[in-house]
Amino acid sequence: MGLIQKIVTWARIKSPWVIHFNTGACNACDIEVIDALTPRYDLERFGVQLKGSPRHADVMVVSGPVTRQSRDRLKRIYDQLAEPKFVVAVGTCACSGGVFQGCYNVEGGIDQAIPVHAYIPGCAARPEAIIDGVVKLLSSLDPKPVAAPPAEPVEKEAASA
Amino acid sequence: MSKITIPIGPQHPALKEPASFKITLNGEEIYSMDMRLGYNHRGIEKACEQRTYIQSLYLIERICGICSHSHSTAFTQAVEELAGLQVPKRGLYIRTLIAELERIHSHLLWLGVAAHEVGFDTLLMYTWRDRELVMDHLAELGGNRVNYAVNTFGGVRRDLTPDEIAHILKDMDTLEERTKYYAQVATEEATLIARLSKVGVMSKTEAETLGAVGPTARACSVDRDVRRDDPYAAYPDVQFKVCVDDHCDVYGRVLVRVNELFESYSIIRQLLKNLPEGPIAVKAPRRMPAGEVFSRYEAPRGEDCHYIKGNGTDKPDRVKIRAPTLANWRAVRKMIEGNYLADAPIVIAAIDPCFSCTDRAIELVRPHGGEVLTWGALRQFGIEWHRRHGLDFADLNKKFSQRMERVK
Repeated sequence: MGLIQKIVTWARIKSPWVIHFNTGACNACDIEVIDALTPRYDLERFGVQLKGSPRHADVMVVSGPVTRQSRDRLKRIYDQLAEPKFVVAVGTCACSGGVFQGCYNVEGGIDQAIPVHAYIPGCAARPEAIIDGVVKLLSSLDPKPVAAPPAEPVEKEAASA
Repeated sequence: MSKITIPIGPQHPALKEPASFKITLNGEEIYSMDMRLGYNHRGIEKACEQRTYIQSLYLIERICGICSHSHSTAFTQAVEELAGLQVPKRGLYIRTLIAELERIHSHLLWLGVAAHEVGFDTLLMYTWRDRELVMDHLAELGGNRVNYAVNTFGGVRRDLTPDEIAHILKDMDTLEERTKYYAQVATEEATLIARLSKVGVMSKTEAETLGAVGPTARACSVDRDVRRDDPYAAYPDVQFKVCVDDHCDVYGRVLVRVNELFESYSIIRQLLKNLPEGPIAVKAPRRMPAGEVFSRYEAPRGEDCHYIKGNGTDKPDRVKIRAPTLANWRAVRKMIEGNYLADAPIVIAAIDPCFSCTDRAIELVRPHGGEVLTWGALRQFGIEWHRRHGLDFADLNKKFSQRMERVK
């Protein structure tokens, strides 16, 4: 891997800009996404920033089942994202359609319309789960093996005792 | 100057949810606004008809992730009335407690979003930090941060422990202290007052004519609150005042919501102080009797109405939901006229819009014109279409009855 490619990968992992689109969600996952960006959870420490335009974003965070009316808009916004682009489906509805499976105006999960890179289930997906999903997506971009998480303190105490 | 129409949405930085607005501008001033909703329409009302009452309850809760308890309480109340269930006092108190916690989290959330729309992101970060305290309690009481599923037919599903009561009371003090600071910011911060005053003005008469509800109406001196006018749950037992303001603009709506926060803290303290002992729920039947019921509930955004028609089975015959945001849309059209384009986000945000609540029915708009048919006209259209294609049902019916007579 050349130096420039290394720098590009580093920059991509350190500052993923995010666009959020609601395709018919109940607001719960949307609020939890915003919640992950506000002081208690603060996703911005990973360089994540919410952007208004799809042309500025690397990652598209989509919540909600795909309704018939929003499907074409979703595809259009996905096309406007610059390559390489990643899609994160937040919430059970976005993953599979959730409780709205079989409703006449619901197509199903996000993957019925556009390709999805990460699924974060939950009704609503908790901010911790969203952070976990985003970090997993970012570490999958890193060619280097990811460092193992530190050992659980509980185990250490048990070992010393 | 010629008028220009610009489209906003369904994906737009100023909108948190998908909705499409067509704003016609006269220079920088907004001349009129047209909107297209329905991006969030999932068909919940129809889905309820295919599910049992208890399954519908959990679906109803997912109409909106901010006021999920509002919808589930309105639905539960309607079903309880249909089945003639007497909910124990303790159950009603816990239900009301969750309702007020939800109001606090919703108003803090709105305060932050409104501040964000006018570029005051510090307040957004402050209020969302404080909101986490409430979210912790909702998670503790209901087991989930958003869709708590506390309600069930005949009462509530989870009881309060003395530890939880002490914890909530402690955090109410913290929140009240911080809300006092927000009240101070709202009443003293000159920039905020200048930005929000005389924006999105609507008179009292207009609010009444256009059928505005909730804090939007109360900020226009319309003294209306379902909690006092048609008390439900434990509201007959608590003392609170309905917050009304006469500013008639976005600034007034901020004041009403900040004052409602203080009322909610007081209501929660009263509820926890007078919490009766006893069971929290009674057993509900699976099959509900036939009949029609209508239930009202004061959600954080205004009056939420649920209508249920039962047919004696375990599934409802019809469920109709009128969410508060739907009632406020006409008011938004009025409020936004004559403002500058830059005020559009805050005027729309001032009603605390919730598109997922609103999008209950869709009207199909054909791209190249078209018309909306009544049921009778649609039937006539179908008959004529088939006749043109060589299939006449009236004729077939006649032939069929003649043949039947011949067989006899």
